[in-house]
Amino acid sequence: MIRFEHVHKRFGRQTVLDDLSLEIDRGDRIALIGSNGAGKTTLIRCLLGEYRHEGRIEVDGQVPRQHRTEVLKRIGFVPQIAPPLRMPVGQLLQFAAGVCDSDPARMRAVAGELGLDVADHAHQPFDRLSGGMKQKLLISIALGRDCDVLVLDEPAANLDPEARHRFFELLAERQERAAMLISSHRLDEVAALVNRVIELDRGKVVLDDHVADQLDMDARLECELRLTQADEAFARSIEEWGFVPEEGGRRWRGLVAGPDRLRFLGVLSRYAGLLEAVRLETAATVTKEKAS
Amino acid sequence: MGHLLLAARADISESLRSRWFAVYALVFGGVVVGLFVSGLTESRVMGFTGLSRLLVTYLQITMAILPLFVLITTVRSVAGDREAGVFEYMLSLPVSLSVWYWGKFLGRFVVVFLPVFLAMAGAVAWGAIRGVEIPWSQVFFYTGFLLSLALCFLGLGMLISTLARSSDVATGTAFLLWLFLLLFMDLILLGVMIRSGLSPEGVVAVALGNPLQVFRTASMMLFDPQLVLLGPSAYVILDHFGRTGYLVWSLVYPALLGLFGAAAGFVLFRRGDLP
Repeated sequence: MIRFEHVHKRFGRQTVLDDLSLEIDRGDRIALIGSNGAGKTTLIRCLLGEYRHEGRIEVDGQVPRQHRTEVLKRIGFVPQIAPPLRMPVGQLLQFAAGVCDSDPARMRAVAGELGLDVADHAHQPFDRLSGGMKQKLLISIALGRDCDVLVLDEPAANLDPEARHRFFELLAERQERAAMLISSHRLDEVAALVNRVIELDRGKVVLDDHVADQLDMDARLECELRLTQADEAFARSIEEWGFVPEEGGRRWRGLVAGPDRLRFLGVLSRYAGLLEAVRLETAATVTKEKAS
Repeated sequence: MGHLLLAARADISESLRSRWFAVYALVFGGVVVGLFVSGLTESRVMGFTGLSRLLVTYLQITMAILPLFVLITTVRSVAGDREAGVFEYMLSLPVSLSVWYWGKFLGRFVVVFLPVFLAMAGAVAWGAIRGVEIPWSQVFFYTGFLLSLALCFLGLGMLISTLARSSDVATGTAFLLWLFLLLFMDLILLGVMIRSGLSPEGVVAVALGNPLQVFRTASMMLFDPQLVLLGPSAYVILDHFGRTGYLVWSLVYPALLGLFGAAAGFVLFRRGDLP
């Protein structure tokens, strides 16, 4: 579906992509990882037709730079840092839907599913929204239209746990018919979302591996934690995940989105000394909903 | 066409919410109000009184402010958008580069021209309400000159924005260009003529190539048809162009220069890295 052939990109004397070749198929969910300066953003910008480069990039035979609108109609992009746009939210949606030949109502519906009521913020300048709201709106623009390539740069970084879960569900709905390229500094942030990992280092692919994961993208895990004693710092951290205390803060219960479990365990590891027991299993309700 | 208007509207919407636009609109609105309050319409200088006097003064002030304002705000916001990641996101949407670039140009033109025009139109409307005679021919030509001047410096601003990779470099370049054009106005030209013995035609040709001087001379010509104020250069201009020819030149040339600059900017923009 997407082919990078001997792609080479230099900025002045600095080589950022070095003879990079790669094939991405429909259904691939790729974690694009690497340290700062590894070439992730440059690779994405080349795919979006924003950078000139040597070599060839094709999306089903079309070159992004030459067939710009045709290729970009198929690509939904969520940047890591939201652009500082001053236009009102409602107008941004109108503009995006207009150029994408989509319906703003579809984008508003996706925003609603992520917990953002566009009508409440329609006249508010985009750059006045909170980080999480901006992220939700950009995701809505990317997912509220017909595209079969998703390019997501740290897409869930600013989302609350509930919105993250809905976001993972929305991605799960598209996983068979779309290719996803999810860029991140850390594999644990995106590991459970993907079925393939590509690591870049100094513009070269140094790892290209497939990931076996039995858990569905839209699964939820029921979690119960028991502590040796109640702790204020722990309570603050775990409440951000929507957990509810019992027994005066010695026991906590909550739901964790399946793809979020590595990140969740990373948070728990900071309080390993406090943990007496951890139970984590697939939530029965979700399984039932899926069965019905 | 639909996408072009969408891009233009997006740029207008962005500009209307920025501080520079508020300052810009206030400056031109303030100039007109200031001229009325100072009683300029009542004064008489070189036989000029009423609205004609006010419009002449307004045009002279506009010539000093508008080019610098348009250049600096265009290059700062366009280059600033690139630095802030606006280009990265907006150009990831399926909009063609020509539509995006010219939509931006169109939107920005509306934003820079309208306050200047509306301030002048406001002065005319106020004059009409007060029963002052309206010099319609002057109003028509002045509108044309302002339109042409705004197009000129907007186009040059777009070209600089494309060439410069950072907003600091873009701002510096824009300021230097403005200074350069300012230096080649008649006072300096006279000095150059006297010192280097350059032919009057050559020096006048340089002046005719300077959009600021073209604007200034043309606005002068409307109330001083023989260009007595300009001195000997007036003979060269009037012999070569005639009054009508020069007025047409001053309406068309700056606009064409701006459109050429914007077109050159577009070619470079399309060829290079976008964000």
